[in-house]
Amino acid sequence: MNEYRLDPNKPIDVDEILKDLESYRPRRRGWTWRKPAPGLKLGPFTYRDCTEPLKRSTPLPPAHYFDNIDPQPAPVITTEIASGRFEDDIRRMRMAAHHGADHIMVIRTAGQSHFDGLIEGTPQGMGGVPITRKQVRAQRKALDMIEDEVGRPINYHSYVSGVAGPDIAVMFAEEGVNGVHQDPQYNVIYRNINMVRSFVDACESKKLIAWAGMAQIDGAHNANATAREAWKVMPELMVQHAINSIFSARVGVPKENICLSTVPPTATPAPCVYMDLPYAVALRELFHEYRMRAQMNTKYIEASTREATVTHVLNMFISKLTSADIQSTITPDEGRNVPWHIYNIEACDTAKQTLVGLDGLMEMVELKRDGYLREKARELKERAVLFMEEMLDMGGYFNAVEEGFFVDSGCYPERNGDGIVRKADGGIGAGTVFKRDADYMAPVTAHYGYNNAEQYGAEYRENPSALIGGCTLERPDKIIYIDELDDTDNVNVRMADVRDHKPGGELLRPEMEWLADGTVLLTMFFPAPRRIAEAAALEAAHKMNLTECEVINREVMHEQDGTRIEVKAKAPFSIRLSDLVIPEEPKVMGDDEIRAEIERRPMRVVCATIGQDEHSVGLREIIDIKHGGIEKYGIEVHYLGTSVPPEKLVNAAIELNADAVLASTIISHDDIHYKNIERIDRLAREMGVRDKLMFCAGGTQVTPELARAHGADEGFGRGTKGVHVATFLVERRRELEGI
Amino acid sequence: MKRTDDYESRSAHLKALTDAELEARFWELANKLVDPMLQMGYEYTSPAVERSVLLRMGFSSLEAKEIVNGCVERRLISHGAGNVVYRLARARALSIRDAGLALCANEMWDDAEKLFEGGAK
Repeated sequence: MNEYRLDPNKPIDVDEILKDLESYRPRRRGWTWRKPAPGLKLGPFTYRDCTEPLKRSTPLPPAHYFDNIDPQPAPVITTEIASGRFEDDIRRMRMAAHHGADHIMVIRTAGQSHFDGLIEGTPQGMGGVPITRKQVRAQRKALDMIEDEVGRPINYHSYVSGVAGPDIAVMFAEEGVNGVHQDPQYNVIYRNINMVRSFVDACESKKLIAWAGMAQIDGAHNANATAREAWKVMPELMVQHAINSIFSARVGVPKENICLSTVPPTATPAPCVYMDLPYAVALRELFHEYRMRAQMNTKYIEASTREATVTHVLNMFISKLTSADIQSTITPDEGRNVPWHIYNIEACDTAKQTLVGLDGLMEMVELKRDGYLREKARELKERAVLFMEEMLDMGGYFNAVEEGFFVDSGCYPERNGDGIVRKADGGIGAGTVFKRDADYMAPVTAHYGYNNAEQYGAEYRENPSALIGGCTLERPDKIIYIDELDDTDNVNVRMADVRDHKPGGELLRPEMEWLADGTVLLTMFFPAPRRIAEAAALEAAHKMNLTECEVINREVMHEQDGTRIEVKAKAPFSIRLSDLVIPEEPKVMGDDEIRAEIERRPMRVVCATIGQDEHSVGLREIIDIKHGGIEKYGIEVHYLGTSVPPEKLVNAAIELNADAVLASTIISHDDIHYKNIERIDRLAREMGVRDKLMFCAGGTQVTPELARAHGADEGFGRGTKGVHVATFLVERRRELEGI
Repeated sequence: MKRTDDYESRSAHLKALTDAELEARFWELANKLVDPMLQMGYEYTSPAVERSVLLRMGFSSLEAKEIVNGCVERRLISHGAGNVVYRLARARALSIRDAGLALCANEMWDDAEKLFEGGAK
């Protein structure tokens, strides 16, 4: 085994992950929930519903106002990462983990459901990743390292379905996969796999899922995504959940590992919370012994990432008002492309932000015990009971499916006759189940059903794998590992193609999903109707020398006055690291060192917000002692207020014999802030004090380079702290003193 | 089937049930619906189930597929593909793995069939 470890200061090295996979063994089996930390104190705040914080993470953007705290909400947070190239997904998984994901779900490549056996090697996928032993091993191995880095176990997840469900379930149990989708109804309805075969296979798969302690998620949410009017399938959704849940429990999966995949079915502009909340309540009441995997709505997702995000926040509001053990996320770009890195991260941040923002909500509000909410919930439950009554009257599940009972667009008992029809003797894999003979035997662990191992000795009845000295579940050394089967379609070939862009090296290219893919996203506004704006946007992208330009979002601001356009395109060039001019990070001196300098020689500073600007927050952060501003070092500060003319600021500096002036200016049109900086410099020169007067300009739109170019000694932009300004003042004064 | 919403009349018999009774009814029906599938899973097997057995016995996915296909062709699958390999190994004093590899190489199938008296019942 190689000794590669992640270095927090370096990109993850996928080459190292791929080494020695043949001898990799997973460190654990089974699902891990977050550890609750009621009453958690972080910074100045107390949290009610949060969980143990991470060792290393990337907090939400405004966290720098709050000591960089990064509270982690209660539910496990899921992100789906499957770009088609698992090697690039490994890098995305590390980013997602740092943004709070602890459930990484890998979507399978198109067509894997119908592949009769395991896929081996590392072929490239379409709309997902071919799930293979090598790919699973590499990603589980990477996640072992990533979870050590962030300090929280990460659950790895994929799908046990199709005509090779039991094959995949064995491989997942062997390889330490922690969670799976398994629901035979999904095979039947959406993959047209024979229903008898699907349920026979599911028994074996679920037995393995139980053995490995995996969490299981069902497939009911697909009905919601398929039905024309998604809110009308609520009764059926409850029936689908019930069938898979009780079926799994009776095969032996513990109920606390059986998760319902539930989506609020409706979206705005429908009054979605009013429609979805009674359903969420009914479901959680009926299934109180099971777990909730709250998924976000994909049915009504469009190309606007903003719109999708709001829908998803509303979905999580339902989660908060009811419950969610796992909060899954849908990337806000799912309506327009296979998810990109940045949108996985956005989705994780959206979940974290929303759930942390709603921390403690249910201590203050509760759902009403009567009225519409309860009446509607009761009605939905009754409709679900009626649904099952009629199924049984028809002769059971298989007959009901043959009659097109499922995914009918009518709200049961209403029927529109547009349900999905499958025949018990039809579909892929029809006629491929075989009745076991009296001497049927399988010498392995976690095998479902009749197994006559005692024909070889009574001692094997409870432990059939003892017949062969233990199976791979007890003896992982027996697993046969296949590396690659295809010389041209594999990870080595793909990585060799982009070797010169390996992260951490000399060449850089913009990227959205695959290393060096060159993909960029442009946002533009044109004062023109939609069709003209689209054509203009493409022409603009061509003029920027981009290739493969495509409009992926258009939003009408006004039919004549303007359209917002987003274009994706390829940048056909690379950037050389050695060509880049990277400004130095601002220097920061130690507090004691700054204090010692001020004690050596006191310093007086005059400051104000200049021009027509009433904002004072930024400047006060820089000066006030309570915000860690420069006062704390003993610097004497004279604050003149807001909207101060440059003349007044310079005059005050002269009167007070100040060492420095600090001028704060916020966003303005026509670059007025830079004109004011020039004016202060000129006034100080005219009055003959510029040589001994230090002059700093600051504000969110100020950049150091431009501030210096317009006459300031230094400029301070967004993110500046008092210590940065104090460091500059002390160092600059030393220079002036010739020290 | 097409039908207008007859929920009001159809649900008359549920109105007297308490919420707890309705929940019990819900799970009673769900249990009944899955009884036949659980029984079917107990009594039947499939190529995928048998491949999963062979994987656990230490065969690769490619080998497992070969052996199971052979068992289906020779109507031995109803005894269990793992059972076929196990009996063959015992009869020929081979390791489990060597017995399976022989079948993959299209050898010893006649022996296997004899061990199960020709296979089909």
